[in-house]
Amino acid sequence: MSWFRKEKRGPKVQPKKVIPDNIWIKCEACGETLYKKEVEANLNVCTRCSFHYGLTPDQYAALLLDSGSFLEHDSVMSSVDTLSFVDRKKYSERLDQMVKKTGRNEAVVAASGKIDKIDVQLSVMDFSFIGGSMGSVVGEKIARSIRRSLDGHQPLIIISRSGGARMMEGIFSLMQMAKTSAYLGRMREENIPYFSIMTHPTTGGVTASFSMLGDINIAEPGALIGFAGPRVIKQTIRQDLPDGFQRAEFLLEHGMLDMVVPRRQMRYTLIRLLHFMLD
Amino acid sequence: MGGVYLDFEQPIRKVIERIEEMRRIADTEGLDVHDEIEKLETKLAKVRDDVYRKITPYQRVQLARHPNRPFALDYINSVFEDFIELHGDRQFRDDPAIVGGWALFGGKPVMVIGQQKGRDTKEKIYRNFGMAHPEGYRKAMRLMKMAEQYGRAIVTLIDTQGAYPGIEAEERGQAEAIARNLREMAMLRVPLVAIVIGEGGSGGALALGVGNRVLMMENAIYSVISPEGCASILWRDAEEKEKAARALKIDAAHLMKFGIIDEIIDEPNGGAHMDFAGTAANMSKVLDKHLSQLRRLSEEDLVTQRVEKFSHMGEFEE
Ligand SMILES: [Zn+2]
Repeated sequence: MSWFRKEKRGPKVQPKKVIPDNIWIKCEACGETLYKKEVEANLNVCTRCSFHYGLTPDQYAALLLDSGSFLEHDSVMSSVDTLSFVDRKKYSERLDQMVKKTGRNEAVVAASGKIDKIDVQLSVMDFSFIGGSMGSVVGEKIARSIRRSLDGHQPLIIISRSGGARMMEGIFSLMQMAKTSAYLGRMREENIPYFSIMTHPTTGGVTASFSMLGDINIAEPGALIGFAGPRVIKQTIRQDLPDGFQRAEFLLEHGMLDMVVPRRQMRYTLIRLLHFMLD
Repeated sequence: MGGVYLDFEQPIRKVIERIEEMRRIADTEGLDVHDEIEKLETKLAKVRDDVYRKITPYQRVQLARHPNRPFALDYINSVFEDFIELHGDRQFRDDPAIVGGWALFGGKPVMVIGQQKGRDTKEKIYRNFGMAHPEGYRKAMRLMKMAEQYGRAIVTLIDTQGAYPGIEAEERGQAEAIARNLREMAMLRVPLVAIVIGEGGSGGALALGVGNRVLMMENAIYSVISPEGCASILWRDAEEKEKAARALKIDAAHLMKFGIIDEIIDEPNGGAHMDFAGTAANMSKVLDKHLSQLRRLSEEDLVTQRVEKFSHMGEFEE
């Protein structure tokens, strides 16, 4: 009985790396011990409870784009420590460590590519880089991705996965919400489709800017999506949160999403939508 | 402006109370204390200067949240004339944490919208401590669209710790409401001036903040997260709020240097709460200047200026 209860409650908020150097892994959502290779072969989706663990930006791009069509933009763009921010660690050191650890300069990968031979702009967030938080670089790369969509009249797809704003960039991180949203205002004038795909977890300033502004809002099953984090809400209202609160299915029920789509069907779903919305 | 004094305002309180007492005694005893009062007034100015010269970043936060500070409606009733409040988002309910309506500024009609905190316990609860629910942002957007329809400028007054972290706010799409405001505000074809009057708290503040001009009161703050919230996440201890306040650089002078705001509106000696009328006069002057400049731009230029303004915000290398 115990694993069934856990399954209903869903996983913890913070996704941990699923796969250490082990052959066996334990699913955070259902508690089941799983064969690592099997989960990987299943697009990082639990073979027992179907919980969707994160994919790297490369993996997600490979899943959606026609093979060989991926072309990355702005990969050298990197963060600067304008505030000289120090908490328990210097922000500049934190950045260096992240670049070393992830082999990436920042928390989003922006690319051009094709889906079913249709040219698109795709951005995929990377949770492993400071929790996928949005600072100046994430904001600018997303903004440029939108601008390329506008210039080339190409559909835009953004895969979100973020803890929210990058606190260490202070007010600059907040302003990225306005920057990205303002460009999406231009998109609407031009009638270019924008598909927002929210994955686990998508919270804070990312949700309250480009993520919620898709012409079509899509989420992966079970993804935590919200503005305020569950912990903050719990502290404020001093009561337990209802089962399934802020999960993709909850948002669908409350009218915030067009659909919840399993990862395996994501590319096919996008292709169908693209053909409905393009000439 | 009697009432509450913060810890670091205690030296000021002492002198103010001496002056009040001197006046009271003079009245009842019929004495001439003119010279003594003059001396004390000089002393008061000096004490205020001393206190404010060495104000710490967290003390600035306390000033921005000062319970005696002018709130949105205080400005609406002094800087503007003939305010007529308009209510409701037409979808769910009227959110008292945000007020808005037509008013005259310098004789011309504008739409003024502000986040309203409460003065006493009852009003604080009624206003939900100035923390809006989604319907508040949706009401604000409805009013902004109306202003656009009738070609009127918009002035927003920002004063909130942030959006309300509650179950219902999430259910009704807090994130969507804020995001939509950011996008739609950027595209409005009328002049829009946003003024941070107290606390500019995170996305809840920005949801009224996408202006052609962003102005800030001298003792206001504008931040991606509260110092307490930042401390509890990065230091894992909310008590480190003073360090967080320092690190985040959320005061008007820093934000001016960063190019995030366009002008700082001076507050009278001792802060806005010491002199409402003087504060209102300062705001009127600065607001008039910026609205006059913006009224010369075409509809298309207003949109372009606003989108470009925010697109330039951000610091990076490549
Ligand atoms: Zn599982």
